[in-house]
Amino acid sequence: MPVEVIVKVLFILIVMVAGIAPVITWIERKQSAVMQDRIGANRADIGGITVLGLLHPAADVIKLMSKEDVVPDGANRVLHLLSPLIAAVPAIIAFAVIPFGGVYQFGDWTLNLVVADIDWGLLYIFAIGSIAAYGTVIAGWSSNNNWSMLGGLRASAQMISYEVTMGLTVVGVFMVFQTLRLSDMALAQDSTFRVFGFFDLLFGVDWFRGLDFVRLPSWGIFMQPLGFVMFLTAIMAENKRPPFDIPEGESEIIAGYHLEYSGMRFGLFFMSEFIEVIVIAALVATIFLGGWAVPYLSTDDIIGGVSSFFGVGFATGLCVVIHFHVFLLKVMALIWLQMLLRWSLPRFRYDQVMDLCWKILLPLSIANIFVTGVVLLWIKQ
Amino acid sequence: MAMTVLFYVFGALAVISALGMVLNLRNTVASAMSLVVTMVSLGAIYILLEAYLVAAIQIMVYGGAIVVLFLFVVMLLNLSDDELPPGGRQFFKLAVVLAGIVVLAQVLPALSQDSVLTAASEAVPEGFGGYRQVGLALYTDYVLVVEMASLLLLAAIVGALILAKRNID
Repeated sequence: MPVEVIVKVLFILIVMVAGIAPVITWIERKQSAVMQDRIGANRADIGGITVLGLLHPAADVIKLMSKEDVVPDGANRVLHLLSPLIAAVPAIIAFAVIPFGGVYQFGDWTLNLVVADIDWGLLYIFAIGSIAAYGTVIAGWSSNNNWSMLGGLRASAQMISYEVTMGLTVVGVFMVFQTLRLSDMALAQDSTFRVFGFFDLLFGVDWFRGLDFVRLPSWGIFMQPLGFVMFLTAIMAENKRPPFDIPEGESEIIAGYHLEYSGMRFGLFFMSEFIEVIVIAALVATIFLGGWAVPYLSTDDIIGGVSSFFGVGFATGLCVVIHFHVFLLKVMALIWLQMLLRWSLPRFRYDQVMDLCWKILLPLSIANIFVTGVVLLWIKQ
Repeated sequence: MAMTVLFYVFGALAVISALGMVLNLRNTVASAMSLVVTMVSLGAIYILLEAYLVAAIQIMVYGGAIVVLFLFVVMLLNLSDDELPPGGRQFFKLAVVLAGIVVLAQVLPALSQDSVLTAASEAVPEGFGGYRQVGLALYTDYVLVVEMASLLLLAAIVGALILAKRNID
C-alpha cells in the first residue's frame, strides 16, 4: 500500500507538475503568438536545434536558478522567504484527490488511480485553496514596498470573495451527483442520458419516445451548464491570472505582490500559477467533463468488447491507458481554453471584479442551487 | 501508532504556534500567521478524530477566510508601535496572563480525572463526522438553531451595511 501511494505521488509530480507545467509556459507563449499573429518563442537552441521553441522553459529555469536571490532592506526576512512556498505547496498537493483514472480490478489487486480517495475530496480542494491565499498576501506584506502591499491587499480581498462564490457555484453539482468524492463524480459521468428524457421525468409525457436514441454523456456540463460557466469563472479569478490579475496589475502597481522577488523565488510564484492552471483544468475536467470517462463508451463496454479477444487482464490494462489519456486530453483542452480566455480579455478593473463576484455570480449561484433543488425534488416524486 | 505520532506532532505544533501567536507582540502579521498554523494543526487533529467535515471547515473558514480577513485589516490599518496607547501593552500582558490562569484552572481539574485520559475509544458508526451525517443532523434535529443562527448573521450583515453606508452618505 505505501509503495503504491509513493508510486502514484511520484507519477503525479513527474507527469503533472514537472512534466506539464514547463510545457504550459511554452504553450502560453506560442498560443499568444498565434493569436496575435507573431512567431513567438523560437530562439533558445542547442546546436541550432530549436524544437519549436520548446527549449525556452529549460532556458527559463536555468536563468531563474542562476539569478541572485534578493531580500529587500526592511523586509521581514522569514516571511519573505517563506511565502513563495506557501503559494506553491497547496497548488501541488491539490492533485492528491484528483482521479486521473478509475478503479480497476486486476484479479485480486485493485488499482485506484487517486492518491487519496477521500469522501470529502472537493472540500479538501477548497480548504487547500484557502491556504494558498496566504502566499500572495504575505508576499505583499513582507516585501516592505507599498506597491507590493497594495497587491497583497487586493489579493486578499479578491481571493476571499471568490472563495465563497466558488464553493456555492458547485453545490448544484453535489446535488446532481449526490457526492463530494471526486472519483465517484467521475464514475457517475461514465454513462449517457436521454436528451429529451426530461419531458418524461418532469411532465410525464412521452411524445419524444422516438428520440430516445438522442443521448448525451451524463457530464456535469450538461447537467449544470450555468454551474460550469460560473465555476470556471470563479476558479480562474481565484488563480488571479489575467483577466483577473488585479493583485499584480502591471499598469497600476508595477508587479504587485511579487515585485520584490527575484530568481527562483519569483519562479515559484510563476510556477505555482501555472500548476494551478493544471489543477483547475483537472478539477473542472473531473467535475464537469467526466474526468477519465470516454463519451459513449463506458468502462464495461470497453472491457466487454476487448476481453472476448484478448482476455480481461489486457482489456482492463487497455482501459487504464485509454482513460488516463482521455483525462489528459480533457485537461489539455481546458488549459487551452484558459489560455484563450487569458489572451482574449483585457484586465478587469478592481470594482468590476468585485461586482462580478458579489452582484452577478453569488445571486446566480444561489438561484442555480434553488432551481436544481426544485427539479431534483420534482423528479423524485 | 502512526496516528499517535501524528497526534503528538500536530498537538505540539498547535500549542507552539498558539504560544507564538500570543507572545509575538511586536509583529502582528507574524502573529496572525502563527494563528493560521494553529488552525491548520487543529484541522489535522480533527482529521485524526475522523471528523472530516469539521476539519475541512476548520481549515477553510478559520484557517483561511477569517485570518485572511484579520490580515486584511491589519495591513489596511498598518499600525506602528507609537500609535498604540501608552501603557496599553502592560495591561494587555496582564490580561493574557489572567486569561491563561482561568483556562488552566478549568482544564487541569478535568485532565486530572481518570475518565478523560482513559476513556475507551469506541468504534464510530460508518460515515460518522462526514458531510452527510452532519448535514442530516443540522437540517432535522437542529433546524431551529441553524435557522436562528442564520437570522442572526443576516441581522449582522444588514447592521454592518447600515453602519458602513451611513459614513458614505
